[in-house]
Amino acid sequence: MADKQNVETTGIIGWIDTRFPLTSNIKNHLTEYYAPKNFNFWYFFGSLALMILVMQIVTGIFLTMHYKASAAEAFASVEYIMRDVFGGNIIRYMHSTGASLFFVVIYLHMFRGVIYGSYRNPRELIWLFGVAIFLCLMGEAFFGYLLPWGQMSYWGAQVIVNLFSAIPFIGPDLSEWLRGDYLVSDATLNRFFAFHVIALPLVLLGLVMSHLIALHEVGSNNPDGIEIKAKKDKATGIPLDGIPFHPYYTVKDLVGVVVFLIVFVTIICFAPEMGGYFLEANNFVPADSLKTPAHIAPVWYFTPYYSILRAVPPVMNSQFPGVAAMGLSVMVFALLPWLDKGKVKSIRYRGGLYKKWLAAFVISFLVLGYLGTVPSNVWGQFAVNMPVIGGADRATVVARVFTVIYFAFFILMPWFTSADKTKPVPERLTG
Amino acid sequence: MSDNNFDKTSIDKASQLSFSTPTKVDQDKRNFLITATACTGAIGAAAMAVPFVGSMLPSERAKAAGAPVEVDISKIEQGSFMTAEWRGKPVWIIKRTDAQTAELATHNTQLSDPMSEVISQQPTYCKNSHRSIKENISVIVGICTHLGCSPSAKLEKGGDMGEAWAGGFFCPCHGSKFDLAGRVFKGSPAPINLVVPPHKYLADNTVLIGVDSDSTVKAGG
Repeated sequence: MADKQNVETTGIIGWIDTRFPLTSNIKNHLTEYYAPKNFNFWYFFGSLALMILVMQIVTGIFLTMHYKASAAEAFASVEYIMRDVFGGNIIRYMHSTGASLFFVVIYLHMFRGVIYGSYRNPRELIWLFGVAIFLCLMGEAFFGYLLPWGQMSYWGAQVIVNLFSAIPFIGPDLSEWLRGDYLVSDATLNRFFAFHVIALPLVLLGLVMSHLIALHEVGSNNPDGIEIKAKKDKATGIPLDGIPFHPYYTVKDLVGVVVFLIVFVTIICFAPEMGGYFLEANNFVPADSLKTPAHIAPVWYFTPYYSILRAVPPVMNSQFPGVAAMGLSVMVFALLPWLDKGKVKSIRYRGGLYKKWLAAFVISFLVLGYLGTVPSNVWGQFAVNMPVIGGADRATVVARVFTVIYFAFFILMPWFTSADKTKPVPERLTG
Repeated sequence: MSDNNFDKTSIDKASQLSFSTPTKVDQDKRNFLITATACTGAIGAAAMAVPFVGSMLPSERAKAAGAPVEVDISKIEQGSFMTAEWRGKPVWIIKRTDAQTAELATHNTQLSDPMSEVISQQPTYCKNSHRSIKENISVIVGICTHLGCSPSAKLEKGGDMGEAWAGGFFCPCHGSKFDLAGRVFKGSPAPINLVVPPHKYLADNTVLIGVDSDSTVKAGG
C-alpha cells in the first residue's frame, strides 16, 4: 500500500492534501508554473478564450431554460427570450456576440502560434489539440446557428449538411442520416440542439483540458521562440527566464480581460448584430423551406472557407472537389508542425522570404473572408470576348487566385522556410 | 495521521497465504481467454450501437410524409412561374413564352448537359430539348444540385446578371446559374441539371407532382 502522503500543509488544507493533490496542483499549474518573462500582447488570447468558453456555457445554460427546440416553437421562443424574459436580451446577445468574439480571439491565438512557431517540436500535440478545439468550435457555431430557426439558420444548415452529400457513394445517405429527414426539419433542429448543448461542449471541455495539460508538460513558447528550460538556475532548477504564472501572468491577463470586456459590453449595448456580421438580418425572418433568401452567406468566421467552396468549379459532374478543398482549407492547419522546416521558430529571426509568404497568406485569408460575405456577382463580370475568363464573375476569378495562394502557403512551406535566410537566435530571452 | 498507517507485515503475510504465485502460468490459455472476452465485448458494443446510429435515420413519421400534390396551374401567366410544395421542397411550374422556349436551343454550347444525358435528373418522358411534357411548361424541383439552396428567379434577359444572361435561375448561395428549363450553365459550382420530378397532367391545367403515368411513386431528388 501507499506510504503516508508527504504533506507540508496542515489544518483543513492539510486534510485535503492527504486525500487530493490540491496544493501540488496549484503549484504545478499556477504559482510554480514558470512561464517565459517576455509574453507580449499576443499572449492575452489563450486566457481570454478560456474566459469566453465559461461565459458561453453559463449564458447557454440560462438560454436553455426558455428555449424550445422544436420547428414550430423555436423562432418564437427566441423572440420570447428577447422580449419577455427579464434580462433575456442581454443573455442572448452575450451568447451570440460571445460566439463571434470567440472566433476573433481564437484566430488571434492561432496567429500567435503561427508567427512564433509555437506548433514546433515539442509542442505539436498542443497544436493538434488546438486544431481539434477549433473544429469543435466550428461545429458548435454551426449547430447553434440553426437553433433560432431563422432563414439563415435554415439555409445555412441545408448547405452544410448537403456538403456531406457531395462525398462519393455514401454522401446522400450520410446527409439524410445527419438530417434525420429528407430535408432540414424538426428532427434536424432537435438533434442539433442535443449536439450544441451537451455532446460538443463535453468534447470541447475534454480537449481544452488536454490542450492545457500538454502545454504545462512542455512549457510555454515565447516571442523569441527559444526554450527557457535550457537555461536553469543551478541551485533551484527554475528557468532563469521564467516567472511564476501566478501572480505575474494572472495579473497581466486581468488587464486583457478588462479591455476585452469593455469591447464586449460596448458591442452588446450598441451593436449586438454588428451590422449583420454577428447576427444576419435574414435570421430575423422565420425559416421557410420554399424560399432561399436573395443573399445568403455564412457568419463572418466561416467566410474564407466558404469562398474557397464557391471558387472551386465542379470536376466530372461532381461538386466534391469544392467540398474537399473547403475541408482541406481548415484541416491543413494541423499539418503546420511538419510543413515548417525553418531553422528558427519565431518570426523575429526569420528572413524576408517567410515574411512575404506569411503576408500573402494573411491577405488571401482576409480577401477570401471578405468575398465570402458578398454575392459572387458583386464586382460584375469580365467582358464576354476575353479569353478564358470571358463572361466569368470578376469576384469568382479573384477568389480562385487567392484560393491558389492560400494553399500555396502550405504546399510551399517546406521550401520557403528552409530556403529562408534566418537571423541568429539569442541565448536568452530579449524581452 | 494514523488513518493512513497500514500494518505492512500483516498484508504481506495475507498475500503469501491466499494469493501465492502458481508455479506455471498457461500463457496460451490466458491469451485465448482475454481475446475471447474482448471479442464478445466488442460484438456486444457493436450491437448496442445499432439502435443509437439507427435512431438518427428518418423516422417512420418522416417517411410517411410525402404524398403527391395536385396543383392548379391556370393562373400562371406566360413568362412567369409559381412555386408548389412537394415533400417540403419547392417545385417550380414555369410557363415559358414561345420566344423563351425557342431561346433554349440557342445557348446549348454554354450548358454542361444540354441534352439531359444524366438520367437521374429527369424522368425519361422529359428527356428532350425543353425537359418537359408540354413544350412551354416546365416542372422543376427548385433545389440547387450543388448544396441544396433554392435558386432565385431571374427570368428576364440581361439585367443585374450581365449582358449575356439568357434568363433563368440564379442560386444565391454559391452562384450557380440555370436556364428556364433547369439546365445548368458551365462554370457553375452545381455539377448537373435541376431535378424534374415525376409528374403528370390530370387535366389541361392540373398537374399532379410526385406520381407519373406509371402510377408509381418515385424517390425524386
